[in-house]
Amino acid sequence: MSVITVENLRHTYSAGTPFEKVAIDNINLTIPQGQFVGLLGHTGSGKSTFIQHLNALLQPTSGRVLLDGEDINRDKKSRHDVKRKVGLVFQYPEYQLFEETVFADIAFGPKNMGLKKAEIEERVREAAHFVGVEERLFDRSPLELSGGQKRRVAIAGVIAMRPGVLILDEPTAGLDPAGCRKILANICNYRAESGATVIIVSHNMDDAARLTERLIVFDHGHVAMDGTPEEVFSRPQELIDIGLAVPQSTALAMALREKGMALEGAIFTHEQLLKAVKRAKGVGTC
Amino acid sequence: MLKDITLGQFFPGDTIAHRLDPRTKLILVLLYIVALFQATGWVGYGLVLLATAVCMAASHISPKNIFKGLKPMLFIIALTALLNIFYTTGTPIVPGWIITWEGLERAVKMMLRITLLIAGTFLLTYTTSPMALTDGLELLMNPLKKLHVPVHEMTIMMSMALRFIPTLIEETDKIMSAQKARGADFENGNLIQRAQALLPILVPLFVSAFRRADELAVAMESRCYHGGEGRTRMKQLHMAQRDWVALVCGVLFLAAVIVLKRFGL
Repeated sequence: MSVITVENLRHTYSAGTPFEKVAIDNINLTIPQGQFVGLLGHTGSGKSTFIQHLNALLQPTSGRVLLDGEDINRDKKSRHDVKRKVGLVFQYPEYQLFEETVFADIAFGPKNMGLKKAEIEERVREAAHFVGVEERLFDRSPLELSGGQKRRVAIAGVIAMRPGVLILDEPTAGLDPAGCRKILANICNYRAESGATVIIVSHNMDDAARLTERLIVFDHGHVAMDGTPEEVFSRPQELIDIGLAVPQSTALAMALREKGMALEGAIFTHEQLLKAVKRAKGVGTC
Repeated sequence: MLKDITLGQFFPGDTIAHRLDPRTKLILVLLYIVALFQATGWVGYGLVLLATAVCMAASHISPKNIFKGLKPMLFIIALTALLNIFYTTGTPIVPGWIITWEGLERAVKMMLRITLLIAGTFLLTYTTSPMALTDGLELLMNPLKKLHVPVHEMTIMMSMALRFIPTLIEETDKIMSAQKARGADFENGNLIQRAQALLPILVPLFVSAFRRADELAVAMESRCYHGGEGRTRMKQLHMAQRDWVALVCGVLFLAAVIVLKRFGL
């Protein structure tokens, strides 16, 4: 089980100096086991600060973060242990690769957990399989790989710790469309087979709409919206006011409604748009 | 954490100290250092201390910030003081003791000298942006170009190094967080284990530093940078009246300290 509960979370950077800044304030959330969550918000809205609290990389200025009902900032040991239960993949994770071989780099996390050699090897193979890194690459230097491959090796390095919660900060940033699709499919794959909770920070509204079960929208350090994609994308104007985009189909639906077409329901995928347009035009839904 | 390092940091502001020409400030610091080493008696030290206080007040830099920057030097200051206390001959404080009145006096003066030296140079870097500093340095060293000293190249390397310190610190912070998220432990273990734990930080840091250097070189070349030859500046430096006044004050200050020395004060 891994249920995350966040209570009255607040974080202030450089407290007590002229550069003091409240990054997040008054965050209250519960994320149940196995949920696929999307975090939205423009740059500087507090998303990155928030996710670094979930594995105790940052300590709250006030408030608590609980994992299965226990405070993760209880003591030094709990702060260390939570990192294997909550895996965090940073933005551009390929820049953290350092070992001489791909295998050794993926094994870094499990090795730090103090596992036996055989267990480490099994986990590395499993993680590499999840993200589609072929075993023939194991002896290559990670620095020789292509951008997309590097990113997948870096994600495998976190998955190899078998975290019950996997958090990814913009895992598709800077990749070509094929690379994006592959990474997202890998993540879905891991979630389906391990039952892990997945939290993904994204700027791509179409991906967020398509993949997640729940969207949390951050704005100026607060949670502005929290709900299913249906609920969130049925209020597109609010998203636009915050400075975010909406999925292409939602934008198109808004434009069509403005022109007088009566489209029903929340629309955030191409299929929903197609259905709604057909219904509005009186064409049979097939 | 790492971001709290104040060494060489610039505090933007609009005081008289900020508005002075960087060349003036560089020369003033030079005069200040010479004066500091000319001061021998308590009156001389008092005068230097007074000058430092006036400059601090003029630049609105609080003593707190100066002391924060002094922290990394505390060890050296303490060591100097200790050596002076124990290795100066003279009249012992208590008969038979190794500690002498002369030693104590020298220790205090040495501590004062190092502290003031650092404080004075901090005032320069606190009130002058790295860009202005290197511009001033280049102009001051311009005559050396006749001797084929690569002044421009040296100063542009310096300004780049200064420019990238915060970037690299931020990068180190990021890489440390990422490796911590993978269970890396930087705080526990013996010396060898801790040194090994640095590897996962240093390798990515070097890789990214080289990448940045490469990108910067391409960006500069694509904007037709070709060294200092015939290069003009966007911001021309001008010596204003206040600069000349400040310089005269600086020279007078040095002269006063030297005169005091002559009288053994």
